[in-house]
Amino acid sequence: MFEDLRELYQEVIFDHNRNPRNFRVMADANRKVEGFNPLCGDRLTLYLKMDGDKIADASFQGSGCAISTASVSLMTEIIKGKTETEADALFKIFHEMTTGKDEQINLEAVGKLAVLAGVREYPARVKCATLAWHTLDAALKNEQKSISTE
Amino acid sequence: MTTFPIDKIRADFPILAEKIRNKPLVYLDSGASCQKPNAVIDSISHVYRHEYANIHRGVHTLSVRATDKFEAAREKVRGFINAASTKEIIFVRGATEAINLIAQTYGKANIKSGDEIVITAMEHHSNIVPWQMLCEQTGAVLKVAPMNTKGELIFDELSALLNDKTRLVAVAHMSNALGTINPVEKIIAAAHALNIPVMLDGAQAIPHIAVDMQALDCDFYVFSGHKLYGPSGIGVLYGKQALLEAMPPYQGGGDMIKTVSFEKSTYAGLPHKFEAGTPSIADVIGLGAAIDYLNEIGMANIAAYEAELLAYSTQQAKQIKGLRIIGEAEDKGAILSFVLDKIHPHDIGTMLDSLGIAIRAGHHCAMPVMDFYGVPATARASFAMYNTKAEIDVLMDGIKSLIEVFG
Repeated sequence: MFEDLRELYQEVIFDHNRNPRNFRVMADANRKVEGFNPLCGDRLTLYLKMDGDKIADASFQGSGCAISTASVSLMTEIIKGKTETEADALFKIFHEMTTGKDEQINLEAVGKLAVLAGVREYPARVKCATLAWHTLDAALKNEQKSISTE
Repeated sequence: MTTFPIDKIRADFPILAEKIRNKPLVYLDSGASCQKPNAVIDSISHVYRHEYANIHRGVHTLSVRATDKFEAAREKVRGFINAASTKEIIFVRGATEAINLIAQTYGKANIKSGDEIVITAMEHHSNIVPWQMLCEQTGAVLKVAPMNTKGELIFDELSALLNDKTRLVAVAHMSNALGTINPVEKIIAAAHALNIPVMLDGAQAIPHIAVDMQALDCDFYVFSGHKLYGPSGIGVLYGKQALLEAMPPYQGGGDMIKTVSFEKSTYAGLPHKFEAGTPSIADVIGLGAAIDYLNEIGMANIAAYEAELLAYSTQQAKQIKGLRIIGEAEDKGAILSFVLDKIHPHDIGTMLDSLGIAIRAGHHCAMPVMDFYGVPATARASFAMYNTKAEIDVLMDGIKSLIEVFG
């Protein structure tokens, strides 16, 4: 019945929505930033444990739609063990993948995150996918304020 | 229901024939904005083709023609809400501007530090924020009358908030997020007993309920044209003549003055005092056409038909496991706000859109209402006179299917 939406709602997204990974409060986090999308009410708190310039651990709490929940869940998986520079590079590719005009995105570079490429066809939903990454960006810059998509 | 001319009405709204993602459009977002009948579309086109010039200015024929049409539309609005005089009908951009106008003119002139303004827990942001701004400017205090879990105003609590410091009661006639129709007659009686004026936000109510300013006796009533099957960018502020006469002007400029010199200007009489600058001329005339169209069908017939749509959709929705209706007031307009277990309203909105169904998903500019129910957002189907039971069936099938997909 929802054939048109297969690109947007891939099975991986349903899976991460049902069972979000790293969905927990991190007591010993040394970075904590809140992300908020006032348009749809998505809220998340991202926790990072930094070991030098390396992301030793990442987790989150919050509530949102399937796209935003899957996006933050996948993100916490992929950034673990990455350096700040590597995570920042991923953020830039992810941003280009979800909002850019370039068809030639190297999807291999983003691994599993490629399942979120479909949002670029749904302008109203792009912010659902990017909220996690804007929150990460703030956390890496060590901004202690809340992040809003608006 | 058999007598309601639904087929003719649907044929009058050309956009209803659109295909969305290769499916017939099922438009269930009229609470956000209504679609427009040919009568409105054609009237605007006719103005620009045959009747357009600036109003209240030229001696030339076209200007006179445009002015006559514009003022005729004001008379249509007066008749539609049974105001005592066209002097009480002020054209603004929409309900939001009307409320801001009241806050910044009536409010600033009459509301001082320590005074109180009473609203309810179910207001749209446009009936919260202008009052908060006024409170910041003046030191007045905003009081909020609570509602119960069905989404009904607790009248006794509102009544208890009224005292000799209350300067205004500002209440939604009908809630956009819940559909609740407030007991406005009782509210007006209670406030007037203490000489407190009442403003009703009629943005949601106006396309569903016949209103009569003289019978209601409210002091201000505001609504937007685009929710009344008219154009966007035009709305109405009704105010009792004596109140409007005593209020300072809102914006200064052309059309709102009697005389201007560099030493002093004097202001025009009502309604022009509040209509600075060139208004949205064709849209006002389009709003008049919408009112003619509605009068032909009859507001009572529309209300009866929409009540059937609401009853049917409510009954169908209650049979869906995991669906929770948000807003179950006894007195309710044609709005079905709901949430589904573990499925975010934005996912519901996108999934239904792929089936051609347009609903609203979000906080409906009523974040305090979302907080009250402990949800980040709701999905909302809002019905208009052009909707059908068959469309409600399409909606319910869509909801059932997406619940399956989400597992």
